[in-house]
Amino acid sequence: MSKVIEEIHAAARQLLEDGKVDVVIGFEKGTLPLKATPCFIRSPQEVEKLIWDETCDNNLANYVRQIKGKKAIVAKGCDTRALVVLMQENQVAREDLYILGVSCNGVINRKKIEAETGEILSAELAEGKISVQGMNGSKEFAFADVKDDTCQSCRYPNPVLEDAHFGDKVETGNQEVPFADVVAMEEKSLLERRAYFQEEMAKCIRCYACRNACPMCYCNECFVDCNSPKWLTGGVDPAENMMFQVGRSLHLAGRCVDCGACVRACPQGVDIRALSRKVTKDCLTMYRHEAGVTLEDPPALNQFSTEDPQGFLVKE
Amino acid sequence: MKISKDKWGQVFDALASDYQMLAPKEDKGEVNFKRVNCFSEVKQGYLNTKLPAKALFFPQHETLFTYQKEGQGITVKNALKVEKTIAFGVRPCDARAFLLLDKVFNNDQYRDPYYCDRRDTTLVIGLACSQVAPTCFCSQMGLSPVSTAGTDLLFIDLGEAYAVEAVTEKGKEFVAKLQGLEELNAEDQVKLETLKNLQTSSSVDISALTEKLDSMFDHPYWDSLHEKCLGCNACTFSCPTCHCFDITEEFRKTEGNRVRSWDSCMAPLFTKHGSGHNPREDKKARWRQRMMHKFNYFVHNNGDIACVGCGRCLKACPVNMDLRQVIDAVNKAELVVK
Repeated sequence: MSKVIEEIHAAARQLLEDGKVDVVIGFEKGTLPLKATPCFIRSPQEVEKLIWDETCDNNLANYVRQIKGKKAIVAKGCDTRALVVLMQENQVAREDLYILGVSCNGVINRKKIEAETGEILSAELAEGKISVQGMNGSKEFAFADVKDDTCQSCRYPNPVLEDAHFGDKVETGNQEVPFADVVAMEEKSLLERRAYFQEEMAKCIRCYACRNACPMCYCNECFVDCNSPKWLTGGVDPAENMMFQVGRSLHLAGRCVDCGACVRACPQGVDIRALSRKVTKDCLTMYRHEAGVTLEDPPALNQFSTEDPQGFLVKE
Repeated sequence: MKISKDKWGQVFDALASDYQMLAPKEDKGEVNFKRVNCFSEVKQGYLNTKLPAKALFFPQHETLFTYQKEGQGITVKNALKVEKTIAFGVRPCDARAFLLLDKVFNNDQYRDPYYCDRRDTTLVIGLACSQVAPTCFCSQMGLSPVSTAGTDLLFIDLGEAYAVEAVTEKGKEFVAKLQGLEELNAEDQVKLETLKNLQTSSSVDISALTEKLDSMFDHPYWDSLHEKCLGCNACTFSCPTCHCFDITEEFRKTEGNRVRSWDSCMAPLFTKHGSGHNPREDKKARWRQRMMHKFNYFVHNNGDIACVGCGRCLKACPVNMDLRQVIDAVNKAELVVK
């Protein structure tokens, strides 16, 4: 067992024994190879279940609203950014949270592995290598190659807010062109982009796993479920699906922390980030705003300036 | 009997001029049932389709009828169009699920014309599994990778040829007309025997499950089970036996459609009343419903467990809610003595 996880166990045990928190939200080993699963630890005897590694791919900030009372949470960089936004939006109180911060090298995208090996029978993870036995054969992968796309372009691998830190800090990768993926998409012609999104949207089955995996999607009534006015039919076709995905992306403008939980949750492999990353880039370049980086920086949609170059904001 | 794959390919291509041929086809890395024009388009060596075969008879979204208002009158048009269809390559789990869906859509109280008309005009050619995945648990659900239930005829892949077994009258008629059938040789018999012994090796045990659930409605197990569930519809939409739907109106000015779409017991909106009251108001109640419906209510109402062990739900789940683990936990749950 790694030193990091032993320290997390000790800290979680202490918090529960001292009654400082009612529950520790973390990950335990899942039932499928290379898949961790969220868990909720309520007694000091259970803390040994907690794990932390490259298979912990959900954004646990998603659970803090549903659990009342004092809670500790094992949080990687993107999870803490989501927590910051939730605090800014008054969805969770800082004093109810104890953040067990972990630095993150990125998480594994199982779909990338299964595309080559077929369904995974067993896998071993050690020192940046993943040995996989799949239904269609065995293969060894370098972690960097099967890291989720989100993590490849991660700007905040270390927690931005925490009460305790575990493990060494991870250096932020030097990206020559941040948002290179968005730039490549912007350079495509309108027709090419349309064709790309039509193909992607045709895969969507509107199971809403993306929305439900997103810590920021917490509306009591999502616009897609609203029947008066009715924004969408029950139809599942590229146009309707696009309306849903674009609507969701715009609703996340200045709020999306680019954790990629939506993409990893999608059972159909829809490139949801192609939309949300564009909005994230625009927020950064046009408004110099990055969601959830500090508690002090107010949410993008909550601020205005009389110096705004676009006069429509200022009424003379 | 057997038919060589070459010969079957020719038969398949000839049938395509008279029938709508639906078969597993690969598109952007995913295999799903699609309309195909020739056998070369059919994906070979797939484990199973990503989405269940139920959509062949019960599509995710379908127009039931259209209507148009003219003055004081209304014209209603039935939107159901059925074509003579052959569904090829249905895996035994999905085929078995058809028999369960039949009980819902075609029973002594109700016959759903949309489901039934498609079902009646379709010949189901099953294709036995030659390999099982670690997430498969059909053998534990009372079927097997070579079950014939729900198919009209079953093909078993022998490599260069398919062994052919007629199951229903419809299947027997089809086989009687099938050109190019040969007797199985000794080598084929050995292969067939091996394939027929294939089993999934999961430890799921359903022998006492329904009875156990009879007394578990108020059990504390449900209090924690649902906690990590995101409440999305990935599991129910991936399930070959889940059949809940919603009916809505799509209209503009003087014309409209009445449509039916898949719905899910995992969604809060599924049971929400017009008053705002929701009888299944939390994830706890919804997860209990899903388990009870599959493994208890459906058994009491229709005589069968509504799960075929395809494993799609646990593969689709973003948070690794594993139905096998839930069944195990229910089996092990201590009953509270009142």
